[in-house]
Amino acid sequence: MTKLLQWLLGVSLLGIIWAVIAFDLLELSVPGTYREVAWSMPLYLLVSFGCYSLATVGYRVATFNDCDEAARELQEQIKEAKEDLRKKGLKI
Amino acid sequence: MASRKAAQPNKDNKDKYSVLLPTYNERENLPLIVWLLVKYFGESGFNYEIIVIDDGSPDGTLEVAEQLQNIYGKDKILLRPRAKKLGLGTAYIHGMGHASGNFIIIMDADLSHHPKFIPQFIRKQKEGDYDLVSGTRYQGDGGVYGWDLRRKLISRGANFLTQVLLRPGASDLTGSFRLYKKKVLESLMERCVSKGYVFQMEMIVRARQLNYTIGEVPISFVDRVYGESKLGGNEIISFVKGLLTLFATT
Repeated sequence: MTKLLQWLLGVSLLGIIWAVIAFDLLELSVPGTYREVAWSMPLYLLVSFGCYSLATVGYRVATFNDCDEAARELQEQIKEAKEDLRKKGLKI
Repeated sequence: MASRKAAQPNKDNKDKYSVLLPTYNERENLPLIVWLLVKYFGESGFNYEIIVIDDGSPDGTLEVAEQLQNIYGKDKILLRPRAKKLGLGTAYIHGMGHASGNFIIIMDADLSHHPKFIPQFIRKQKEGDYDLVSGTRYQGDGGVYGWDLRRKLISRGANFLTQVLLRPGASDLTGSFRLYKKKVLESLMERCVSKGYVFQMEMIVRARQLNYTIGEVPISFVDRVYGESKLGGNEIISFVKGLLTLFATT
């Protein structure tokens, strides 16, 4: 099953459960408060996910390591390499 | 003074590592990356070869490669040039065809990937007998040098989207510094159809589908060409298209 199908399946399943509770499709006599909460669930989850995404990406950008040390080391090694290669007969 | 045996602890190991270096206009960088590869492989004692796949570079990269062959030997530096600039995927296939190692290492030839991580890749691979080991910029003390806020934001944002949609089980999907078992790379290359960034992503996704095991090693990515090749709208669009294709087909 592709990821797309997994998502469609998952969303459909949740959608059915949501509709059954929110619109009382099976006449389960679900208490009013439950129905109200269920009704606003999709929007609530969407907004929550949006906030989670922003927070996660923001955190990851803020903690993205800057490899200054690696860049310095590379510069040093480039000098060393050029010198050694010149000795070995490399002509640029 | 350390005995020779202690300095080269891995000499008796039967594994051989073929490093594939696709090049296009890397006349300046090629000698440097080869020097670093020779240094770190030499120190670790692992058996290796470097396969340079040059796509008809007009700047004379091939000529420099030939000089390096004379310096380091034709058994260590193999040249498999092509007439013109073809894709990265075909470069790998072309290079692999001549590889005598049982492991393949792919990396960029522009010094953004540092060979000092290769012994770490090898150790990691042996630790869990992983089918592939991927260098990650996003975990541990992995990171980048030379990226501004915009670039970091795009990178992390794209990676987040990829994680949500594909749940790939690896933290860095667009990275191209990896170690593969040769058989594994061959079987993945048969199945992958994408190009560019998406090609690297597809390799990981297909590896998971085929139940290959993936190990990760944090790496530092030193971007020295960023000033010249910015990540533009076109690249972003083709990335998203590729991601959605993978989402819908894998």
